[in-house]
Amino acid sequence: MSLEAAYSGIGRLDRLSYRDTVVHRLDPRAKVVATLLFVVVVVSFPKYEVLSLLPFFLFPVLIGALGGIPAGFIAKKVVAVSPFAVFVGIFNPLIDPATVAIAPGVAVSAGWVSFASILVKFALTISAALLLIATTSFPGICRGLRRLGLPALFVSQLLFLYRYLFVLVEEAMRVVRARDMRSFGKGSTGVRVFVRIVGTLFLRTVERAERIYGAMLARGFRGDLPSMRREALRPSDAVFVLAAGGFFALCRFVPVPQRIGSLLQGLAG
Amino acid sequence: MHMADALLSPAVGGTFWAGTIGTIGYASKRLSARLDDRTVPLMGVLGAFIFTSQMINFTIPGTGSSGHLGGGMILAALLGPHAAFLVMSSVLTVQALFFADGGLLALGCNIWNLGIYPCFVAYPLIYKPLAGDGRSARRVLLASMAGGIVGLQMGAFSVVLQTLLSGKTELPFGTFALMMQPVHLAIGIVEGFVTAGVIGYVRASRPEILDGAASSAPLAAGISLRNVIVGFIALAVVAGGALSWFASAHPDGLERSVEKVTGKGELPGRGHGIPAALKSVQERTAFLPGYGFKPAAGAPKEKKQEIPAWPNVDAGTSLSGLIGGVLVLAVAFGIGWAVRALRGKDAA
Repeated sequence: MSLEAAYSGIGRLDRLSYRDTVVHRLDPRAKVVATLLFVVVVVSFPKYEVLSLLPFFLFPVLIGALGGIPAGFIAKKVVAVSPFAVFVGIFNPLIDPATVAIAPGVAVSAGWVSFASILVKFALTISAALLLIATTSFPGICRGLRRLGLPALFVSQLLFLYRYLFVLVEEAMRVVRARDMRSFGKGSTGVRVFVRIVGTLFLRTVERAERIYGAMLARGFRGDLPSMRREALRPSDAVFVLAAGGFFALCRFVPVPQRIGSLLQGLAG
Repeated sequence: MHMADALLSPAVGGTFWAGTIGTIGYASKRLSARLDDRTVPLMGVLGAFIFTSQMINFTIPGTGSSGHLGGGMILAALLGPHAAFLVMSSVLTVQALFFADGGLLALGCNIWNLGIYPCFVAYPLIYKPLAGDGRSARRVLLASMAGGIVGLQMGAFSVVLQTLLSGKTELPFGTFALMMQPVHLAIGIVEGFVTAGVIGYVRASRPEILDGAASSAPLAAGISLRNVIVGFIALAVVAGGALSWFASAHPDGLERSVEKVTGKGELPGRGHGIPAALKSVQERTAFLPGYGFKPAAGAPKEKKQEIPAWPNVDAGTSLSGLIGGVLVLAVAFGIGWAVRALRGKDAA
């Protein structure tokens, strides 16, 4: 991923997260908890399960649709990070040759089924994580994490990192652009140049940190970043978490697609 | 080498989350006890620095492929282990959210693999003793190399263990380890080189930063040793917990992979063959007591027992399942489309 592409990706997610929709208005805690629950339930399925995972697509699809998040954008990001899971999973069809019938007359090796299961789980968990950040501002997530009990120091660390990220990336983009112009389109140069770039970037970073620190001291900084907001959970947040949890439980313990399928077959027959 | 949600079981992911959260709490407590309020913004900006440097690619010498910085070693050398660990955790958290590197459940594993090993194992045990006061460029280079390599080797091995313990893939332990470790050896060497290079560059141009970082964060040997012991105890608990869960709930996965390493000769991807020497080392070190490498003669019998473990799907139910699956998927995306269409009308 090029620096510019990565940067514009972060920027786009950041802008999306400040929209005002039903999903965006939910309390960050409710969304964090529901998303974690979703991920855990999805990965808890056994490795040959594909069909029972399908109803879970409703969650990211609904969040994305209600939150007004462009589906193509999320899909592209999911594909972009898939190589490791695909690389590890692709060995299943090669190594697990036992055949299994997936439909009358159609048999594949069990490895393909478990590979498909990995891919479905991958698409579900990654899109849920991306939709969380696309529908919740990063400071909002940090406030939520603080309320959920993470140490104040760590949460301040997250907030600081995020605040200076954009500044630093723009600085790095200038340096990298200069390097690319001097390397005649080779894209990237060797480690030695990289060390210089990172060293320069580091020195600029520290100088910036010193100025920031001075400015913060002048504004009464005493080591933490207190928030003035006192957010209480609203009934809508509770309803959201309960509804999501109930849906996950239903789909986890009842094989919904199989039930619907046999019902349909029963009607047809 | 980011671990991915889809390859994890909830037990493994949850255990590593617990270990990671515990370490974040511990590091925060240790750090805030002697925190100079100057460190907080410095840590934040350094987090942004590592995040940014990771997005700059460079060519790995001799291979033509491109690499990027891990950062754990540099941070530990500049900030000390506790602050470095918190910065690394924050970098990985932001990456998990914005780049979906791995996912949310795997974040615990990723912080563990890329944060704990460099900060609490490689730094105090290898970097610190080798680098000494950090004034000799050669010693810093040696220390960074050794530290970078060990940290990444442990991290890569950890990815292998987490994947196999979760039992979602069929990849045999030996094959997977043989794929992961050499790749990360190369990455570790580059990491060490870059770490030493940046530290040398900083020492040449702004030496007071390094001296300041070292003095504001006292790094007595005693503290480091205790961290390491705590780290190892935590590791033992995690490994024990994960293994015992594994043994009771899912007897296939790992046992099967282990059996396949020794039992079947014609594994694709194993064509190059595992050197006998390596195998005997594996046997001697017996990394998983109780899951000993089975003799090849026992393998066929194992295989027969495996067959019932696969859910016996008869064609009738599987057809209705397929019909239902397609329908459910269509309904899910249909609802999404309808909501979008309605909202679009509202907006217009």
